[in-house]
Amino acid sequence: MRRVVITGQGTINALGQDVATTLDAMRDGRCGIAELELRDVDRLSVKIGGQVKGYEPEALFNRQQIALYDRFTQFTLIATKEALAQSGLSFAGQLAARSGVVFGTAGGGVNTWDENYRSVYEEGKNRVHPFVVPKLMNNAAASHVSMEYNLKGPSFSVATACASSNHAMGQAFQMIRTGLCDAMVTGGSEAMLTFGGVKAWEGLRVMSKDACRPFSATRNGMVQGEGAAVFVFEEYEHARARGAEILAEMVGFAMTSDAADIVMPSKQGAARAISGAMRDAGLNPEDIGYINAHGTGTAANDKTECAAVADAFGHHANDLMISSTKSMHGHLIGGTGAVELLACIMALREGVIAPTIGYEEPDPECALDVVPNVARDAKVGAVLSNAFAFGGLNAVLALRAVA
Amino acid sequence: MADSVQDRVIAIIAEQAVLEPGDVAMDNSLEDLGIDSLGLVESIFAIEEAFDIQVPFNANEPEQSAFDISSVAAIVKAVEGLVADQK
Repeated sequence: MRRVVITGQGTINALGQDVATTLDAMRDGRCGIAELELRDVDRLSVKIGGQVKGYEPEALFNRQQIALYDRFTQFTLIATKEALAQSGLSFAGQLAARSGVVFGTAGGGVNTWDENYRSVYEEGKNRVHPFVVPKLMNNAAASHVSMEYNLKGPSFSVATACASSNHAMGQAFQMIRTGLCDAMVTGGSEAMLTFGGVKAWEGLRVMSKDACRPFSATRNGMVQGEGAAVFVFEEYEHARARGAEILAEMVGFAMTSDAADIVMPSKQGAARAISGAMRDAGLNPEDIGYINAHGTGTAANDKTECAAVADAFGHHANDLMISSTKSMHGHLIGGTGAVELLACIMALREGVIAPTIGYEEPDPECALDVVPNVARDAKVGAVLSNAFAFGGLNAVLALRAVA
Repeated sequence: MADSVQDRVIAIIAEQAVLEPGDVAMDNSLEDLGIDSLGLVESIFAIEEAFDIQVPFNANEPEQSAFDISSVAAIVKAVEGLVADQK
């Protein structure tokens, strides 16, 4: 099987509008979660989120583009530009035909749905803009990236709630590994911080009103975020032949389904995905130095995830580090695994483990090294990134450093 | 009025548990009635809608909530309190 490496990364999220700023924030343990700025916020009972602030789409896109690009598409295009610039790849001829785009998003153009429902239901208008459908569709971001960069191979979007990005990147990985494609632009995006988007989450009664504190005994729920992260996956020999800088190697991927409950996570389903990713990568539990946790900060996820890690790793669970960067950027839902992959790559390349901030008090049910509050210098050779979605759909990625 | 709140709360819980209201005893817990965490959140929503109240409940820390859900009687008492506060 062919080897797959990462040669570019880009992002925009609550911690920063590029990779360097985001990684600085993760190193500093800075929190990007703050008061939400959105219409009718006074009618929300949850008023915080990991929102991208100081963002001016008009400075980056022209009027015609904004008419077609929902916020989730804008985020994707911004992150893609950064990732492709770093990779140095451009697509023409055979490479264009053998390269595609796979992005995760749970909601797609939620802002477009929200604004136009408001206009027809609340304001009583009987006409909407002609581009509402192409703007809100879940595949809009993947399509615009394929158009902008001439990617003519397989492109599609993946929607598996909170695991969307990991499922998407897993697909991209397998497509290169098995020889279907030579390069893939992949990752995920979400822009669900709208009145309706937050209201929907409020209904489930799992949101925190003050902070995201994964693994802490004092945790009281998740906090939504928004943004995107995009990566360039490339076949190893192709990357080497052109002298590209290799950020990390994607070495394994596993998907499982709990087949149990629509919202409650299962230890077995998560543990099978974790073990499966290591097996697929040919790695032993002792090889893994760091796990970027799903770590949502809910009572149910965090204890189930820790139990699953303990099951999958046995004694080694006590020797590895596991942190949840959602404490800083919030839960980007369908985009979350992509932003979290940045922390995995930072661990491999720079030997810096992003912390779990907001950690106040140990929870006996989460008795692992969660890298509380302060980033840590540690050399790790291989890492995992967990994502466990509502609906019981689990997707775990395994990465390795490339010397 | 107190009976009326009780009857309405029991009706909501019974519907969620797929039972007749007569089969719901005041000392039952929701677990006894086969109501899981999703059923609980749905019951609270139905109670809020029925009484036009806000129930303070976070599924992450049910034991710390001011809203006692330990039994049907406790829920009825808590709803009575919230309805009274609202007046």
